[in-house]
Amino acid sequence: MNKLSVKTRGMILSVVILLMALCMWHIVTAPKVVSNPITPTGSSEYQALMGQGVGNTVEKSGFPTLTKMGETFYQQLSHPFYDNGPNDKGIGIQLAYSLARVGLGFLLAMAVAIPFGFLIGMSPLAYEAFNPFIQILKPISPLAWMPIALYTIKDSSISGIFVIFICSVWPMLLNTAFGVANVRKELLNVTKTLEVSPLRKAFLVILPAAAPTILTGMRISMGIAWLVIVAAEMLVGGTGIGYFLWNEWNNLSLSSVIFAIIMIGLVGMLLDIAFAKLQKAVSYAD
Amino acid sequence: MQTENTFLKVENLSKSYKAGSPPVFEGINFEIERGEFVCIIGHSGCGKTTILNVLAGLEDATDGYTYMLGREIKGPSLDRGVVFQGHALMPWMTVLQNVAFAVKSKFPDWSKAQITEHSKKYLAMVGLINAENKKPSELSGGMKQRVGIARAFAIEPKMLLLDEPFGALDALTRGVIQDELLKICSETKQTVFMITHDVDEAILLSDKIMLMSNGPNARIAEIVINTLPKNRKRASLHHDPMYYPMRNHLVDFLVNRSKDLQVKGSAGELDGYQPVLVCPGLQTPVTQ
Repeated sequence: MNKLSVKTRGMILSVVILLMALCMWHIVTAPKVVSNPITPTGSSEYQALMGQGVGNTVEKSGFPTLTKMGETFYQQLSHPFYDNGPNDKGIGIQLAYSLARVGLGFLLAMAVAIPFGFLIGMSPLAYEAFNPFIQILKPISPLAWMPIALYTIKDSSISGIFVIFICSVWPMLLNTAFGVANVRKELLNVTKTLEVSPLRKAFLVILPAAAPTILTGMRISMGIAWLVIVAAEMLVGGTGIGYFLWNEWNNLSLSSVIFAIIMIGLVGMLLDIAFAKLQKAVSYAD
Repeated sequence: MQTENTFLKVENLSKSYKAGSPPVFEGINFEIERGEFVCIIGHSGCGKTTILNVLAGLEDATDGYTYMLGREIKGPSLDRGVVFQGHALMPWMTVLQNVAFAVKSKFPDWSKAQITEHSKKYLAMVGLINAENKKPSELSGGMKQRVGIARAFAIEPKMLLLDEPFGALDALTRGVIQDELLKICSETKQTVFMITHDVDEAILLSDKIMLMSNGPNARIAEIVINTLPKNRKRASLHHDPMYYPMRNHLVDFLVNRSKDLQVKGSAGELDGYQPVLVCPGLQTPVTQ
C-alpha cells in the first residue's frame, strides 16, 4: 500500500467514498415493508383506498432509488440529442444551448473586459476615474439585471446572454487591469530603451506578462457564468439545462432533476479543467 | 560648441526627489570620450543608478544637461544599450527570442533569418549558443546576465550602460564574465559607462574611474585615470606594480574620504566644484 503514490491512494479513497454514499442512498430509499394492524372498524374498501389495507403494504420513498436513477441515466444518455418539440429535448441539446449562451456572453465580456482592462491598467487616471463605478457594479447579482435586460432587449434568450456577459465582465476586467498594472518595471524599461512601438509593446510584452493573471480572471468568470446560467434559464425558460431542470421539477421527476444536477457539475468541472490547462499554457517561471 | 567634440557630456546634473529636501546629487560634471570604458564607484544612496537612468533617458534630472554627440538626451534611445541590474529578460521568451526581440526593434526591416543570424552571433560571443532555446528560468544567474549583455550588444549601440551587471554573481562567475566583457569591449571599441561596487572590477575593466562622495549632496569627487597597462589580464592584475597604488587609492577614498565632500556640500561650500584628476602611482599627475 505504501508503494502507491498519494494520487492513486486518493483515487482509491474517492471510489470508496462514492460507493459508501451510493450505499447510503440505497438504504435510505429502499422500499420499506410496513405491517398494518388490523383495524376492526370501518369498511375495508375505504381502508384499502387510504393505504391502510389489511396485511402488509410496501411504503415507497418519494426520492428515486438507485435503480430508478440508473434507468434515467441510461434513457437520457442513450438518446442525448432527441428533439420532440419545445418541452422535450435531449440533455445534449439542452447543454448545448446553455454552453452556447455562456460562450457567447463570455466572448462578449472578453471583447470588452480585456481591452478596457488594458486601458485602466495602463493609465492610473482611467483607473481612478472608473474604479468607483466598477466597485458599485461588481457586487450586483447578475440576475438583478434581468428585468432591465428583458425590458430593453425584449428577447429572453439574448437577455440570458446579457446576464452572462455582465457577470463575467468584472473578474476579467479587474484581473486584466491588475495584471497589466503590475508588469515588472524592469521589463517596461527594456522596451523603452529598445524604442519598441506601443503596439508591439502591448502584444509582445504586456500581454504575455499579464496573461497568467488575465487567465485567472477568465477562469473565475467562467465559473461564475456557469453558476449563473442555470438560474437565468430557470427564470427565462425555453431552452437550456436550467430550464430542463425546472421543467423536470414541474414534472415531479426527481430522478431527472438529480441527473441534471450531476450533468451541471460535470460540465462545470470540465470547463474549469479546460481553463486550468489554458492557464498553465500561458504561465511562465520567473 | 565644445559639446560637439566630446562623445558624452554631462553638465551640472542634479536630482532631488522631493522639493525642499537636499538633492541626492548635484553639480555632476563629466565627459566620456568615444571608446572609453568608464566606471563609477560610490556608496549606496549616492545616486549612481539615477545618473545611469538619466543617461539612458529613463529618468529626468531635476537640473542640468546631458549631451551625446552634441545632442541633448531626451528619452530612451536605441543608441544607448542598457544592461540592467536584474537581468530583465522576458521570462516567457527563450534566450534567442529575447535577443531577437531587441534586434527586431533596432532593425525592423530585417528578415527573420537575418535577425536570427545576427542574434546568434552575439549569443556565440557570450558563449551561450547552446542555450539559445532555453527559458531564462532554466539558466543560472551568470548565464542570464550574459544574455542581457548579448542583448545590449546585439543592437550595436553607440554607448553601453551597465548598472552593476555582476553584483548578484558569485566571484568565479563574475571573473569569467568580466574577462568576456573585456575581450568584447576591446574588440568592438565600445564606449561603456558602468556602475560597480567592486574596486578590482573597476581596475580591471575601466580606463577612467569616477569616485562619488556620499549622498545626499553627492558629487563626483575625483576622476581616477587607470594607470595600469591597457592589455591587463585578471590573472596577472595583482602583479602589476601599479595595482596596489591604484587599489589603495580607491579603497582609501571609499573608506575615508567619501564623507568629506558631503559635509562641505550640504553647507553649500562646493559651488562650482570640479573633480580632481588623479593618477595613482605616478609622481606627476597627467594633465588632460
